[in-house]
Amino acid sequence: MRYPPMLGPATAGARAGTDAAEDERTSHSRGSWLLALALSLALVLGLSITTPAAAQDSTPDDDAAAMTLLEALDVDSFPTKGEAIDAIVHSDDSRARDWLQALLDGRLQRAGDGRFVVVLDNTGRDWPVQDALSGEPLGQMSRRELDRIGINNALRNQLRSAIAVVDLYAADVGLRRASAERLLGEVDSDLAGPLAEVIEEEPDARVRERLVQALAIYRLEQGELQAIDDLRGSLHPRVRVALARAASGTVESRAANGDDPIVADAAREALNSIEQMLKLNRAAETLYFGLSLGSVLVLAAIGLAITFGVMGVINMAHGELIMLGAYTTWAMQQLLPGQPGLALILAIPAGFLVAALAGIAIERGVIQFLKGRPLETLLATFGISLILQQLVRTGISPLNRTVITPEWMSGSIAVNDALSLTLNRMYVLGFALVVFAVLMLIMRRTRLGLEVRAVTQNRAMARSMGIRATRVDIMTFALGSGVAGLAGVALSQLTNVGPNLGQNYIIDSFMVVVFGGVGNLWGTLVAGLSLGVINQVLEPWAGAVMAKIIVLVFIILFIQKRPRGLFPQKGRAAEG
Amino acid sequence: MSILRSLASRDRVFDFLVPVESPVDVRHGPILYLEDVTVSFDGFKAINDLNLTIDDGELRCIIGPNGAGKTTMMDIITGKTRPDSGQVWFGSRHDLLTLNEPEIASLGIGRKFQKPTVFEALTVFENLELAMAADKRILPTLTARINGEIRDRIDEMLDVIGLKALHGRPAGILSHGQKQWLEIGMLLMQRPRLLLVDEPVAGMTEQEMERTAELLTGLAGKQSVVVVEHDMGFVRSIARKVTVLHQGSVLAEGSMDQVSSDPRVVEVYLGAEAEEEAV
Amino acid sequence: MDSSRLWLLRPFGERSTLIFLGVLLAAMTLVTLLHVAVPPGHPLYVSAYTVNLFGKYLSYALLAVAVDLVWGYLGILSLGHGAFFALGGYAMGMYLMRQIGDRGVYGHPVLPDFMVFLNWDSLPWYWYGFDMAWFAFLMVLLVPGALALVFGFLAFRSRVTGVYLSIITQALTFALMLAFFRNEMGFGGNNGLTDFREILGFNLRSSETRLGLFLATGVALALGYVLCRAIVTSKLGRVCVATRDAEARTRFLGYRVERFQLFVFTVSAMLAGLAGALYVPQVGIINPSEFSPLFSIEIVLWVALGGRATLYGAVIGAILVNYAKTVFTGAMPDAWLFALGGLFVLVTVFLPKGVAGLLALRLRRRRDADGSFSGKEASA
Repeated sequence: MRYPPMLGPATAGARAGTDAAEDERTSHSRGSWLLALALSLALVLGLSITTPAAAQDSTPDDDAAAMTLLEALDVDSFPTKGEAIDAIVHSDDSRARDWLQALLDGRLQRAGDGRFVVVLDNTGRDWPVQDALSGEPLGQMSRRELDRIGINNALRNQLRSAIAVVDLYAADVGLRRASAERLLGEVDSDLAGPLAEVIEEEPDARVRERLVQALAIYRLEQGELQAIDDLRGSLHPRVRVALARAASGTVESRAANGDDPIVADAAREALNSIEQMLKLNRAAETLYFGLSLGSVLVLAAIGLAITFGVMGVINMAHGELIMLGAYTTWAMQQLLPGQPGLALILAIPAGFLVAALAGIAIERGVIQFLKGRPLETLLATFGISLILQQLVRTGISPLNRTVITPEWMSGSIAVNDALSLTLNRMYVLGFALVVFAVLMLIMRRTRLGLEVRAVTQNRAMARSMGIRATRVDIMTFALGSGVAGLAGVALSQLTNVGPNLGQNYIIDSFMVVVFGGVGNLWGTLVAGLSLGVINQVLEPWAGAVMAKIIVLVFIILFIQKRPRGLFPQKGRAAEG
Repeated sequence: MSILRSLASRDRVFDFLVPVESPVDVRHGPILYLEDVTVSFDGFKAINDLNLTIDDGELRCIIGPNGAGKTTMMDIITGKTRPDSGQVWFGSRHDLLTLNEPEIASLGIGRKFQKPTVFEALTVFENLELAMAADKRILPTLTARINGEIRDRIDEMLDVIGLKALHGRPAGILSHGQKQWLEIGMLLMQRPRLLLVDEPVAGMTEQEMERTAELLTGLAGKQSVVVVEHDMGFVRSIARKVTVLHQGSVLAEGSMDQVSSDPRVVEVYLGAEAEEEAV
Repeated sequence: MDSSRLWLLRPFGERSTLIFLGVLLAAMTLVTLLHVAVPPGHPLYVSAYTVNLFGKYLSYALLAVAVDLVWGYLGILSLGHGAFFALGGYAMGMYLMRQIGDRGVYGHPVLPDFMVFLNWDSLPWYWYGFDMAWFAFLMVLLVPGALALVFGFLAFRSRVTGVYLSIITQALTFALMLAFFRNEMGFGGNNGLTDFREILGFNLRSSETRLGLFLATGVALALGYVLCRAIVTSKLGRVCVATRDAEARTRFLGYRVERFQLFVFTVSAMLAGLAGALYVPQVGIINPSEFSPLFSIEIVLWVALGGRATLYGAVIGAILVNYAKTVFTGAMPDAWLFALGGLFVLVTVFLPKGVAGLLALRLRRRRDADGSFSGKEASA
């Protein structure tokens, strides 16, 4: 990565092109105020101003000059080191940022032969290093051969600010954003003026907004009333700290006007509106987490809703079918090393198939012999769940397996400063809705769905109309089990994949099905999502465990009130 | 029938067995009174503005094609299903809509299900024992003993229903017809004021049907009986008054002859019956 | 009238009860003799450890009888009976905790060690009274009974039965497990209550006390069995069976089914609590794992294996499964869950009437061969 030279030629009038492409903008148009900025930075840091290196053409970096710059760091006196850092800042060497960063991290070191190196990894006895000038790897060096260039706290602060300012001119928007972020609350009188100019030049709206806020914090500290307008509505914690400080009237002594009740009132008012927005955001976050948890519950429960609703069969091994789906994902990733994303996508059909086949085996092997004895079915399938768990424990491992989250699923979307939504949960939520929609389609639009509904409503009648109830049973069970497998694939992205995975979800799944009303997919969806949200709403003030207990008790009580769930099946047939 | 009569006369002897309850007040009118009863399942009106009055001691037959709402009507009277609107009174004192099944049962409404329902794991004797009118609260039930008088009553009922030889066998082994009889026996052991009998002769031989008809007509006068039946021959043999249900409300009411000559009944019911016989 | 007491004595007129009591008495006598009279080292010697183990089996047997009462006769498959067992156990554990007095690690005169550890400065109100044996022993019955009464009242009133009831009983015990895992509950969190020293002044570690507890458990099992037997042979028992097989019919006969269910469910919960209370001093610890749904469902397996609706089958099942568990977990711990899972499947598919069913079948064949079968017996 190349960074723009610290100082470009001061070309008057070049500022006009604020809309110019980013690349062009980097060095030329900013020369003059950049100089001022760098100078002021030095002032801020309380350094004597050395004459900055004269603006030169952007010639290739001069290794000899660079060596001199670095040599200057290798002294004992910290103030002298500070001057040397300053010199590096003012040089237009493209490697300057790397050096500063390495120095800050304590990785800039001097080898026995006098060369400056950057340590890449300082664990163990021998460290891999690279040349600070050429960037070439120099292999491993013993820590004894190396001499670290020490810094103190004052220098550390100087370095951080220097890096932040340097980054403000980076071509990369991401770096500029990060840099602007760092400046919040760090702006001083000397930085303020130049910063105002940077703001005008900055093409990226978000960077600009940040810088405006950074500047406004400084202005607020100066007691400037209008600054509050720039801070209004920002959810950034540092903005809130600044406003709170102004509101409580403890503006730092460097504020010229001292305590100003008008400013304090305005700050308080701005703070209040920010708190309101924060509450909204927190509510949105809770809702998101709730929906996310709910989507997991829906995925886990919906297969159960099908088998329970259609066949009246309680499949206690349902959780283990989920577990099988999760392990299928793990196995796919083992088969396709280095391609976790592809493996995950392939795991969707594979997980469905594995779980569906296991489901068919359970149905044919056990459940068909227990027709009309739901309680016995419950016990037998519980036995199967124990066997499946133990199979995984002895066959694979009793420990959790790691399932990799592919890159496109990790990370999060930052909606604003207070709210960011994790991507993996977003995907799972979407996945759950897709699975639900597909199931709805199958139930409503296909022959299988029609037969399933017929058998659900009246087995004997359906049979007499030529529907092969046994075949419908098998298909239904396979479908419900397959969906459990899909739930497992999704869960592998959110939670640990281990032999107990299924157990952790089975009771919750039952609760969802019972709460929603047996034999009703919509009920399952609504019940799952609402239980997820209720859980998340309760969590902050009751704690995770208490929230769960409260939800369980709520459902137990709810079932007393409405024994057939939220959306009961009506009619004579439904009454046992 | 002599046995039944003797049973009735011996009722007085066992008065101490009868739980204390408010008697049904029939001085001012009918024993059962349904007014504007409506119930719907998912939009389908199983019962639609049904009005029905049964007088004390009456034997009423209710007929109607499948889905006419006969069983649902029984469900409403016995408290199993709650109507959406309307009123159901037992005598002039008891609003049945405020009571649950056991309360209604102990007021003196007995019911025989369409599908014979007996306790298959219990013996025939025990089935009758449980049905017998007694204090049916928990502690009295726990400490209840079978004394000579109870045994006599049950033995008599065993004679009536012709299951004496099988009294010690589990009810599960009985034939369909025998189960019907056992259930009728259980119903009589309750000594109800009103009997609701759903398809009593299904699965019975001609001879058994005759005996059932005799039994039911013998009860009339002292007890009120409502019989729901498909078998038109059977209805004709016992009915004095017939009510025809159609789509959840009363289509016609009167003697069998009146009803069967009613053109609407002929249209909806007999047509349906013909269809039914074809199935 | 003696009729109110007579129902309790009725089981003594049954041959099966007499056989059961005889076998139980013989077993208890044998274990006592082999423990006391045979010198240690002799192959027939029964060690204090084994006596303890048998005592544990017997408390499990009592628990199984309690489950059979509701499942076998009432048709209610409770997957939460472990909760009542554990509550009884906790009540007993609280008493035993208070008996430690100032001999705990921290030497606090009143507070149990874990409370000192959590920096609590006084005893929570619900621990009051547990230093008195009579109060604690009463609570052993009342706490599970009260929970069953409230839970059952709500459930049966709204006619939650069948698999629904099974599921919510499971949720009940799961919720309680989560609750008892919390330190804030004041029951020792996931460590539970342990380090007991004495009960009623007897040292819990002495072999005499262990034998005493074993015998007490045996007596409790005998009494619990007779009580259950008395219930199921009464008219109330027949109402239960009627409810199990045709609930609606029973209602139309004028029985308030939900009250009968509630009564039997509560009695069963109290018996389970008693079993838990006898279990705790013998194993020396009670912790939230007793609330785990797995344990509750395992109890059901004991009953299923032994044979439902016989009561003695439950005892046989409890002892068989737990003996197998002891052997398996010692010899090949990995295989135990396979065996347990397999048992669930095999019993439900191939042995729906359990071991007792097999016994009864053999007995009936022999009786039929004798030509002495009479239906009269059943009703008389």
